Amino acid sequence: MSAPSTGGASRDGYGNALLRLADDKRVVVLEADLGKSTKSCLFRAEYPERTISVGIAEQNMMLVAAGMASSGKVPFASTFAIFTERAFEQIRNGIARPGLVVHICGSHGGIHTGTDGSSAQSIEDLGIYRTIPNLTVMHPCDDLSAEELTVQLINHENPSYTRTARNKVPRIYDQDSVKLLKIGKGSVVREGHDVAIISCGIMVNEASMAASNLAKEGINATVVDMHTIKPLDGNLINTLSNNIGCFVTAEDHSVIGGLGGAVSEYLARNCPSPLEMVGVNDRFGESGETGDLMLHIGINSESIENAVRKVLKRK
Amino acid sequence: MGVNIKELEDTARNCRKNIVQMIHKAGAGHPGGSLSAIDLIVGLYGTEFRFDVKNPNWPDRDRFIMSKGHASPAVYSMLFELGLLDQKDIDSFRQLGSTCQGHVDMKWTDGVDFSAGSLGMGLSFGIGCALAARMDKSSRKIWVMIGDGETQEGQIWEAAMAADHHKIGNLNIIVDRNRIQNDDFMAVQMEIGDIGNKFSSFGWAVKEINGHDMNEVVSALSWASNNNTGPCAIIAHTVKGKGISFMENNPSFHGKAPDDNELAIAMEELS
Repeated sequence: MSAPSTGGASRDGYGNALLRLADDKRVVVLEADLGKSTKSCLFRAEYPERTISVGIAEQNMMLVAAGMASSGKVPFASTFAIFTERAFEQIRNGIARPGLVVHICGSHGGIHTGTDGSSAQSIEDLGIYRTIPNLTVMHPCDDLSAEELTVQLINHENPSYTRTARNKVPRIYDQDSVKLLKIGKGSVVREGHDVAIISCGIMVNEASMAASNLAKEGINATVVDMHTIKPLDGNLINTLSNNIGCFVTAEDHSVIGGLGGAVSEYLARNCPSPLEMVGVNDRFGESGETGDLMLHIGINSESIENAVRKVLKRK
Repeated sequence: MGVNIKELEDTARNCRKNIVQMIHKAGAGHPGGSLSAIDLIVGLYGTEFRFDVKNPNWPDRDRFIMSKGHASPAVYSMLFELGLLDQKDIDSFRQLGSTCQGHVDMKWTDGVDFSAGSLGMGLSFGIGCALAARMDKSSRKIWVMIGDGETQEGQIWEAAMAADHHKIGNLNIIVDRNRIQNDDFMAVQMEIGDIGNKFSSFGWAVKEINGHDMNEVVSALSWASNNNTGPCAIIAHTVKGKGISFMENNPSFHGKAPDDNELAIAMEELS
């Protein structure tokens, strides 16, 4: 896969995708006073008549979106990831339970969002949404993949939750490679036979950096961008288990319930293999510059490298 | 306008019988709030509500959003009168696989427009339906029913604010003001006070009625239907358990089925 030329924040990809979807008149966009942050503002600027502001009222937003979905619209509703959680039960009972196809985007996910501190750092969203039946859960790694996967939602038959990130990271994909992505299919961004690193979001870049460093020690890692956490690509994990036999998961999320949880559940039930998890280790975040915070919390490339060395001893 | 009040009252009486019978048969359910709401529901379906019994999923139908979804027997009894449900359906209320789920659910029942059960959500859902109708340039109207206890949920007021901000004229709410909630009287649990005044202060047009006087019910529904400059609220003062002496104004019949003896008395009182 070609090296990234410039970086992009996945929230920018979401905003761009809404513009690409605008020709479909069913598409409506809902905001809860964070349109400038989630990037739904791009759609509002062009299509104000199809953009609904609900103010700072996330619970109302989720059910307004559900009502619109029941009337033939395809709503995209966004706010910060952490504030979607305020409306968890609305998403569960009002959207997913009746199967109304609302696409929720939670931006500024993870501790990566930085200096705002722990109140803004959602580290449990992937975990809680993964427990809801029929809700697709995604966390793309860069702007181009967020755009591609969001565009694909227009034909998606289930409601979804997509987490995006605030800050720019180096691109994993280019305009051509991104077209190969498919909701529900993990994307192998680097191949190696010693260890499989399953990552999502901004940690795909960290995993790629770790793999490059490990290669200098003669350790060859496969790196997977598991952009869809639910439904999880079990076939890919099976294959990796058979061919490689040990795993590291890497996510900007609690180690409880998110990508690491999903992969370990799958492995335990289908093809038990050694697994180490890199993620937020059952604690809240705090204020800090992103790089400092990732080092402090232990979710950077170095953490992944250490986890790889550890899991290889268990192989 | 050619509304036969007597006919509506007869229909409501039939509904009351079925409400009590289906809850008795299920051994569970919510008679109090079903009986307080039924005159309003019958009045709505009998006059202003635009729908097609032969095509319950007609996209341009009005929507009835029953937010106080525990009063599902009231809705089912109405759909039974309309022929959308049959005896087998209402007899299986709350049983495994039944069309008549414990709380109204759009996935299970034709003629049900909302999956309720968690209070406070229906008004927001109604706003979504109303905005979609406006975008589609459709004249369909959205009718939401909530309980008065339900106004304790903050989301109701998020929605009340949004309905005025967006000047949603095709949205009407009916508040079943029976003054009793699950555990006890609202005056004990959490009194909301003057609900009409509160909706009014949020920018809604408000009308207060006796929710068991079919003339007043029909008149208020007509008022709301024809007032399309902004959202309308009908505050319907009702009696929980209305029509059955020992259930009336009795908090213990919020969510309790009548036993065999109580059923016999109830059916006699309703005959």
